[in-house]
Amino acid sequence: MSAALLVRALRDPASVTGLSADAWAGLIAAARAEQLAGTLAERLHGLPLPDAAARIMADARFAAGEGRRAALWEAEAARRALAGLGVPVILLKGTAYAAAGLDAAQGRTIGDLDILVPRAATGRVEAALLAAGWEWMKPDPYDDAYYRRWMHELPPLIHHARDRMIDVHHTILPPTARPVPDADALVAGARPIGEGLHMLSGEDMVIHAAAHLIADGDLSGGLRNLWDIDRLVRAFDDDAFWPRLAEHSRLHGLTDAVARALRLAERLYATPVAPALAGRWRASDTLFARRLLARDGWGRPVRPLTRLAFYGRSHWLRMPPALLARHLWTKWRRRG
Amino acid sequence: MRHVFSVRVGPAGFRVGSDWRAPVAALEALYAGYPKAGIADFTVRLEAARPWRRWIRPSVTIAGDYMLPDAVPLALRHGLLAAEMGMNLQMALGARRWLLLHAASLERDGRALILTGASGSGKSTLAALLGDRGWRLMGDEFALIDLANGVLHPFPRPVSLKNAAIALFDAARLGPLLAATPKGDIRHLRPNADAIARMAEPAAPALILFPRFGHAAAERPVAPSEVFVRLTQASTNYVALGEAGFDALTRLVTTLPARAIDYPDADSAVALVERLWAAA
Repeated sequence: MSAALLVRALRDPASVTGLSADAWAGLIAAARAEQLAGTLAERLHGLPLPDAAARIMADARFAAGEGRRAALWEAEAARRALAGLGVPVILLKGTAYAAAGLDAAQGRTIGDLDILVPRAATGRVEAALLAAGWEWMKPDPYDDAYYRRWMHELPPLIHHARDRMIDVHHTILPPTARPVPDADALVAGARPIGEGLHMLSGEDMVIHAAAHLIADGDLSGGLRNLWDIDRLVRAFDDDAFWPRLAEHSRLHGLTDAVARALRLAERLYATPVAPALAGRWRASDTLFARRLLARDGWGRPVRPLTRLAFYGRSHWLRMPPALLARHLWTKWRRRG
Repeated sequence: MRHVFSVRVGPAGFRVGSDWRAPVAALEALYAGYPKAGIADFTVRLEAARPWRRWIRPSVTIAGDYMLPDAVPLALRHGLLAAEMGMNLQMALGARRWLLLHAASLERDGRALILTGASGSGKSTLAALLGDRGWRLMGDEFALIDLANGVLHPFPRPVSLKNAAIALFDAARLGPLLAATPKGDIRHLRPNADAIARMAEPAAPALILFPRFGHAAAERPVAPSEVFVRLTQASTNYVALGEAGFDALTRLVTTLPARAIDYPDADSAVALVERLWAAA
């Protein structure tokens, strides 16, 4: 199972010494499938590697560097488009890590630009982005209405010339989810990172990553999200951090999700965690670990039943049963 | 995976896994004499879309390190084409060591000729013909321009010949006929022994030609601005390479002569190329 090999290599880079050509091929395929090739390359940088592996890793570092440059440029484009509004623009996820120079950004692939703005400002933000060349991607009225009514973000917009997507969030979980994070506190706690851009506080960044991994979605790309958590925790780990993390987790209703994320990070990546906050390993954690590691040496998804169960869970988390039934009915009628 | 094929072509290694034996057997025959990959740069998977589709109406889904979301599966009898498309896809989407141009390339006296143009322009056929008339075939699909020093690396895959072009070549060097594929009838031509033996030997680019088949013989110079735009369109990774891609392309465009050539048949094309090469 090469996801396990990938986790070992990230946790302990020296462990790649002596890998066979087949094992290398499996490691690389799993890393690419989990969007962790650049991260792996940064971790292995400077180690003696077989020539072919060294070339592949150098390519991955180059690709991550270009991706980072493009992501920061996209953040700058959004900043310019929104500068006149007087609204704090808070970068989220990969772009925030890169802009803030955090370790989590080392080699990380960055897809869409994710920003958080106060809910009351979303209308003005959307209008300003549309005026600056972004366009709606979801022409389907049901999808559009679904986003506006039930999601924590506006329908995604894409820039007509640069072909890059922006997700404008007003909170970090769908309003239909059971935990209700305090969006005002997220905005109030944000820190400036220069040029009029902001990022979440350290503890809120960890909570957002944990919410995304555990309380939303089906754990696709979970190894990458868990790696973010590992790097963030290591960056902020000091005596003042853990009490703040505990307090904010409670405030946002995400104590359980944060605890589970910490347990998984400790188990897979040997992340230093506060035992009082993480709690003890639970039987259900084993299922999460099973899902996170469901990738073979050809980059193929494996364990279909586990995957299906987490896929079902993701809908269950997002939607109360009546809404879920209506959503599935609508989507089913539109199939073909 | 159940069946595995490994090959190195020029500077790139591939690992192809397949749910069926047939595509791997076809690859082994077509690539006889090529080295194995060692640690492969890219993984390609030929998979059944659903478990039962291995046997019932078998159809090949192309997957791998880099994938297109809406790739259409191919019939199992076109499995070899699926493998070739899968390898091309990995290069097109994943390669970062070189600027990739959708172009054929040939070498003579240590200098390289680049032939680029839209599908159907006849560049593959022309490259295969020149490869048997005093030129070394470096590749018919992708020209790999080194980002660091601008040299062209060989990528001598079997040449994909389509429809009428197939009859121009010795059947002993051709792979199986893949009839009625989405791209028409296809047979792959094995590069000659010299092209395979020298696949690690780069060459400095010297001339860019834009061939066009089906017109009276003619040639015209192409302005650097037009060359630049046409090559950005011919490149699969120009945007992803950022500044390095811009620098590599600018160097190519500002240092090489470029000509557009029209040709009605193979002999006049070869004569035109020889005349322009002598003048370059």
